[in-house]
Amino acid sequence: MSENGIAVEVKDLRRTFGSFVAVDDISLRVEKGEIFGFLGPNGAGKSTTIRMLCGLLSPTSGGGSVAGFDILRESESIKKSIGYMSQRFSLYDDLTIEENINFFSGIYNVPRQKRAERKDWILSISGLHERKEELTRNLPTGFKQRLALGCAVLHDPSILFLDEPTSGVDPMSRRNFWKLIYDMAGRGTTVFVTTHYMDEADYCGRLALIYRGRIIAEGTPAVLRHRFMKQDVLEIPVDRPVEALEALEKEGIESSIFGSTLHVVVEDADAAVPRIERILSAGSIKAGKIEKILPSLEDVFVSLIESS
Amino acid sequence: MNEPPAIAARGLTRTFGKTVALSGLDLGIRRGELYGLVGPDGAGKTTTMRILSGVMLPTSGDALVAAHSVVNEPERVKEKIGYMSQRFGLYEDLTVIENIHFYADLFEVPAKKRPPRIERLLGFSNLTPFKDRLAGNLSGGMKQKLGLACALIHTPEVLLLDEPTNGVDPVSRRDFWKILYDLLREKITIFLSTAYLDEAERCTRIGLIHAGRILLEDQPALLRRSLDMKMLEIRPDNIRRAAQVLEGVEGIAALSVYGDRIHVGLRKPDSFDAVSGALESHGIRIESIREIVPSLEDVFISRVGHE
Repeated sequence: MSENGIAVEVKDLRRTFGSFVAVDDISLRVEKGEIFGFLGPNGAGKSTTIRMLCGLLSPTSGGGSVAGFDILRESESIKKSIGYMSQRFSLYDDLTIEENINFFSGIYNVPRQKRAERKDWILSISGLHERKEELTRNLPTGFKQRLALGCAVLHDPSILFLDEPTSGVDPMSRRNFWKLIYDMAGRGTTVFVTTHYMDEADYCGRLALIYRGRIIAEGTPAVLRHRFMKQDVLEIPVDRPVEALEALEKEGIESSIFGSTLHVVVEDADAAVPRIERILSAGSIKAGKIEKILPSLEDVFVSLIESS
Repeated sequence: MNEPPAIAARGLTRTFGKTVALSGLDLGIRRGELYGLVGPDGAGKTTTMRILSGVMLPTSGDALVAAHSVVNEPERVKEKIGYMSQRFGLYEDLTVIENIHFYADLFEVPAKKRPPRIERLLGFSNLTPFKDRLAGNLSGGMKQKLGLACALIHTPEVLLLDEPTNGVDPVSRRDFWKILYDLLREKITIFLSTAYLDEAERCTRIGLIHAGRILLEDQPALLRRSLDMKMLEIRPDNIRRAAQVLEGVEGIAALSVYGDRIHVGLRKPDSFDAVSGALESHGIRIESIREIVPSLEDVFISRVGHE
């Protein structure tokens, strides 16, 4: 099915804590070089799954392989083949940038003769050559994030796990960060991203939506938007959003305010548009042209959860 | 229009040692607005919230909140506002109803007024069935709603919410926004902070805060239309090669890859053909190409740029 091979494959992975089922028979397959997003709210089972994939937690039942190693029996080999970057970046604030890189080189057993070259690479991707003697704590978040990424891949892992990598980062730094990720994936690194942040999920090539320990949908962002979202989303520009929301609510139509527009999820746009126009004009609310818009991943998620 | 503003800040500055958290911040928020203060971590959002809620003094400058000065009358400010911090300020070892009573005591809500008000707050936050549950045993979404109910117990004029939906699941997040719209109908002014641009879209007006100062401010729809660029969304069959090819095309002012799509910002409308031509001449098939409205992220990147 793929020219590259499989980076992660697990079947019926399950983990319980007492009577609580944190991960409920999850099966996944990620190909080499993919950017795979694992999207779900806090508490859905993302971290428990990642910890099992990284060999840090054993599953209650089920199994699989990561980077070609068995997650039940070869967790030590797995740890050497993966990189992990947490949302807190795990850098030492009171060390300089260079000291942080040296420290992680040691931890990951980067061969001596390769260390200088790796350090140089990190400093250039993070744009920190000039500042390598500064304390890490003084860096803006965007730089810290790229430095942390560099440290997480010092040992050139074949799979990189990213845990909500760009939460709280400014938009420009976020784009630069993703550019780096695309470069790595282009050179064959598999990237496994967990996030609860719908915006971030949009950067992934393929996504699995996880909710209450189960995968409720899987596919490219485009497929999720088109195949899994049965309803249409309409955008209605209005002069008085709060009154418009009230008028529609009285007629049993739920909407949400987005600035000076309303978003309405409907079963059938063709039937709904004239009805909405009638309701608004009866309430003498001025409305602009009603248009069908592409559902956001959040729309898809909410619609899937509500229908399950 | 002679109504006094809900929040009027002039030259708010706050330093911590050598760090400048806020640097001459000005704000003017009308009554009944749902204003979003948008920015990355460390931009000054929480400092602004703390000053506006009267719990922290600015180093210089002043703000009137519900017509009271945060510098000279912080106690009056606290009576007029509801403030929900990022941790929601709940007591985990108290039940839902005990938490609400605690806040009612704190704000000296008269005993006679409590029962109807508490009933209403529990109702609109859908917490009535859980009123005897320990706050520590609530889900993230329910904690957030309880935090909001506690912040509203004294019927404040201005509601200050510091990153209210951080880490909350999408369904709870929607419910929470519905509650905010209900509050707007009652003419409560809502001032919230967020790091998420998709969330900012829901506000009636937003201000982008960066390095302790407001850089851009307007209605989300107007900001999106303010960009003098035409945005295209392209779905090519080979995303990485397509991005490489487009890097070299003249007239492209912005380019970013999102999963299986590329967003391209064009300076001139006529470079549309140049884009599709360049891709086709490199043997890249275009699955779809269409014009899209720029996102707030596109606007911020193009108008503010990097750090």
